[in-house]
Amino acid sequence: MFSYCADPETLSTFFWFSCYLTNGVHWSFYLSFLKVLGLLAVTAPVALSFGFAGAMAARSQFLPLSWLGKAYIAVVRGVPDIAFFLFFVIALDQGFEWIRHKVLCPEWTDPIRQGNDFLVCQSAKLPLGTAPEWVHETYGFALAVITFSIVFGAFAANVLFGGMRAVPHAQLETAEAYGMTRRQTFWRILVPQMWVYALPGLSNLWMVLIKATPLLFLLGIEDIVYWARELGGTKTSRFTDYPHGDWRMWYFLFLLIFYLGMTRVSEIGLERLMRRLSHGQATSGGELLRKETTA
Amino acid sequence: MSCIQTIQDYALRSIGFGERLLPKTDFTLCEHFTLIGSGMIWNIYFGIMAMVTGFFLATALAVGKASPNKWLRKPAEWFIFLFRGSPLFIQFFFAYFFFLSLKKAYPMFDAFTSAWLGALIVLFLNTSAYSGEIFYGALRSIPKGDIEAADAYGMTGWARFRRIVWPTMLRLAWPAYTNEAIFVFQSTTLVFFSAFPAWQQRGDALYYASYFADKTFNPFIPYPILAFYFILLTLVIVWGFGRVNKRLNRHLPAAHRSKMRFRLNLAR
Repeated sequence: MFSYCADPETLSTFFWFSCYLTNGVHWSFYLSFLKVLGLLAVTAPVALSFGFAGAMAARSQFLPLSWLGKAYIAVVRGVPDIAFFLFFVIALDQGFEWIRHKVLCPEWTDPIRQGNDFLVCQSAKLPLGTAPEWVHETYGFALAVITFSIVFGAFAANVLFGGMRAVPHAQLETAEAYGMTRRQTFWRILVPQMWVYALPGLSNLWMVLIKATPLLFLLGIEDIVYWARELGGTKTSRFTDYPHGDWRMWYFLFLLIFYLGMTRVSEIGLERLMRRLSHGQATSGGELLRKETTA
Repeated sequence: MSCIQTIQDYALRSIGFGERLLPKTDFTLCEHFTLIGSGMIWNIYFGIMAMVTGFFLATALAVGKASPNKWLRKPAEWFIFLFRGSPLFIQFFFAYFFFLSLKKAYPMFDAFTSAWLGALIVLFLNTSAYSGEIFYGALRSIPKGDIEAADAYGMTGWARFRRIVWPTMLRLAWPAYTNEAIFVFQSTTLVFFSAFPAWQQRGDALYYASYFADKTFNPFIPYPILAFYFILLTLVIVWGFGRVNKRLNRHLPAAHRSKMRFRLNLAR
């Protein structure tokens, strides 16, 4: 990157590092941090909407729907999330390909599962064999996002379901007394009030989501864990201008510090949000705020 | 090959007894169940060992964090923040590479790079931090009257802690601690997916489940079997911890006994 980097062997320690840390592969490493942040930015709202739908299903008057919602929550709780990640990535991929196969190649008669193979016709492959590299990467990333959203959506559903039940019943009765329909009560009274009850659970979930992002590595994404392993490994001077020993420990120490920073920032941010939402609420938090301002 | 034969060959495969080679083709349902079940030995080993050892450090951390002395409080706070604030997955990676460089300098650290010890240490420290925070929360919500009653009886220091504070802390923390136990058993599946190598293909349940999924390219059989085993394990944990909970609450009048809630937290 810098002009003096042409011959790294002659450089002093400081300049050597300034060149080493800005070479091409390191930019890929830094870019992969954006991937993690991107995953968080996309997954959080999607999972929240999945969760909202799930909570509405669990509240539903229609029994099978509410059982489905509750059963799903229970299963996700009892099984390690990493198993879900590994499962959904393959299952979703095969599911999509199966649907496309049924639509695009209706004349195909061979069974799709032959022994240990999963065979669909060429035009049903996802992404297509001819697609450029970035399509493959985007498809992999999209699968990861959907997987994360399904798992964390179930978590969020449980939290939101609890939040909805925590809203004081008198509020809903008052709404009914004013002649609001079920739908109106739900959207105008219940939903605006439930957030303050759901927020402690949701902020906990956000922390868990942050800490689950390194699992992207297991889904085959070139994320920060992948690059830390790649870059940290021993490099000899035959393959790189910057030979070094096994530095993987230091790279992972850096990741550890990165995540600690993320956690700390989130903690502070969520605390502020909680203060905001507690304002004027009939909770102990809201009461504390009221005393602070009047005292 | 009959199912009995398969069980004889593979039931203890994960700890190195029985058939050396894993099945390669024509996987039967029996092989799925046996091998994944065999892997559960590792999950249970890691889980139980981490919980038992972690319990003591967690108590120490909770007391440390609640201490008025800065020199005790700060280290406990930092320890808890360090292990709760970073992903367990990264902790495994860091610890493995840390032990690896340690081994290069001092060969006596050889055992630390294998999963049975190295991963166990990480799990131990990790669960200590999480349980420590739970215990700390419980410590702060001990009814004031209990402490004052102990003071009135002239109890101080160790006697007060052992007879009043500690049992009450456990009683209050127990439902959350049950939840933590479930999480520890679930996070044991990460061990062989982080850097720790599965020597001679001796892995845990998820290791074998993903082995089958990779070989057959069919995730719909091995992962539900794994789920079945883990739900079973979760039920056993809830039952066992429920028994302890009953004992911890046995002195309370029946109406006040906190029943174990089956609506457990989803997030750690």
